Amino acid sequence: MTRLSWFNVVSLTLGFAFLYIPMLILIIFSFNESKLVTVWAGFSTKWYGELMQNEAFLNAAWVTVKVAVMSSTLATVLGTMAAYVMVRGGRFMGRTLFSGMIYAPLVMPEVITGLSLLLLFIGIGLDRGVLTIVLAHTTFSMCYVSVVVSSRLVTFDRSLEEAALDLGCSPAEAFRLVTLPIIAPAVISGWLLAFTLSLDDLVIASFTSGPSATTLPIKIFSAVRLGVSPEINALSTIMIAIVTVGVITASLVSKRAMVRQKQEEQAAARTT
Amino acid sequence: MRRAVLIAIPYAWLLALFLVPFGIVLKISLSDTAIAIPPYVPTLDLAEGWAGFRAFLSELDFENFVWLTEDDLYWKAYLSSLKIALISTIFTLLVGYPMAYGMARAPEEWRPTLMMLVILPFWTSFLIRVYAWMGILSNEGFLNQALLWLGVIGEPLALLNTNTAVYIGIVYTYLPFMILPIYAALDRLDGSLIEAAEDLGCSRLQAFWLVTIPLSRPGIIAGSFLVFIPVLGEFVIPSLLGGSGTLMIGKVLWEEFFSNRDWPVASAVAVVLLLILVIPIVLFQRNQQKQAEAEQ
Repeated sequence: MTRLSWFNVVSLTLGFAFLYIPMLILIIFSFNESKLVTVWAGFSTKWYGELMQNEAFLNAAWVTVKVAVMSSTLATVLGTMAAYVMVRGGRFMGRTLFSGMIYAPLVMPEVITGLSLLLLFIGIGLDRGVLTIVLAHTTFSMCYVSVVVSSRLVTFDRSLEEAALDLGCSPAEAFRLVTLPIIAPAVISGWLLAFTLSLDDLVIASFTSGPSATTLPIKIFSAVRLGVSPEINALSTIMIAIVTVGVITASLVSKRAMVRQKQEEQAAARTT
Repeated sequence: MRRAVLIAIPYAWLLALFLVPFGIVLKISLSDTAIAIPPYVPTLDLAEGWAGFRAFLSELDFENFVWLTEDDLYWKAYLSSLKIALISTIFTLLVGYPMAYGMARAPEEWRPTLMMLVILPFWTSFLIRVYAWMGILSNEGFLNQALLWLGVIGEPLALLNTNTAVYIGIVYTYLPFMILPIYAALDRLDGSLIEAAEDLGCSRLQAFWLVTIPLSRPGIIAGSFLVFIPVLGEFVIPSLLGGSGTLMIGKVLWEEFFSNRDWPVASAVAVVLLLILVIPIVLFQRNQQKQAEAEQ
């Protein structure tokens, strides 16, 4: 199946053009001199300068990063635990409910998740701010982490863990010395996924944030409702650049790790 | 003992922050609006004990759900969400399938790059990708400029703040969700089956229709649900690209809550949306399970 017909070439070209041209236009016009975002008036980086002086945006960016780091770290710990319980936990009371609660947030409309969490926070009298956004983001992103980690746990050879236990490791040591290094790539991609989900989220953050904590998406959304602005284009370009560099680096690193693992396996096979 | 703790921590977290909040939504959907803090009655007063709980229960009713059927805004919004979700799923499939098919037929060494090109937009902020279309679709936007310059149209088309813009936005943002499962299904497909079909006298088009499409069906179903389910409750796209005529239930819920501050009705809207979603979610789960069994 490797002969590309003209139809394949055309559909790939048009498809990727559709995916990338809107973002390219956005990036190009962030360097536009004019405030009119649809008319080119010469190259300038002045919108980046103005962005750097916009306190409100900078504060919101700081809050967003703080929330994302805290919630993704917490979600990674809880999600890995949940995945371990699901794959290795055996039978326990309420297992069906547990797996239902892990999968349900993945398909839940954000407006419902946001509304229900807000009503909870109000019900128990918790002031809305950074803490409530972190709790909300942790809850939905731990489910994504647990799906990513459990898909790795399912495929890996259980006898390795059993060997460690036979050789005198405690279960905790076996997890730390054997299981964790093997599932580490999945745990890291789970963290990255949780981090971007948190950075991106507008709807749930809008419901669960208070006046004391505004995240970047909330700020962007309220600015964008009034129309297109070159400052938002500049901000978007920075965010696109960060994501692009991040994704490419991550894929290179994981590729190298895979190559190294294969080499080690081959070396191990030779020595035995 | 340790195992119990390991189970208990994530379990308790999900119970407290996922299941209990739903109980609260359900309860408030049965309450009445009031000018108070919080803006609904009754509120449960545990200090009064069992009698207080009975009095609380007796005040709950289905008034808000009756209201949803009486005011035609709501059922029109549900219907229009279903319609928009269905049509945009079909469009996403029509754009996504040829791309996935092209990727699966591309030379082996290109595939990781093509995959990356599909995944990259998925990691980029959703809000920014929707915003990018605002500048393209507006009256003096790039699309109108290009069409005017080409002489296709005499005057700018009104695209932004219409349902057309919403469809474009949905297809654009949800395309990776459609491509990836279809590509995964096509990638596993055994090429010799198609050769066999062609040897037995099928034309290439017939082989595609009779062999490739049926074998990629699990991918098509998975991709369609991955688009349909989240689009049904979509809020960002209709509020940025849609106009006053675009009715979607996610937007109605948002406005009911933030603008009208009618929490009981917003909760009732959420409960009904959830009931509608149960059907596609169950169908999706069944498809995934069947696929997992087929792989074993």
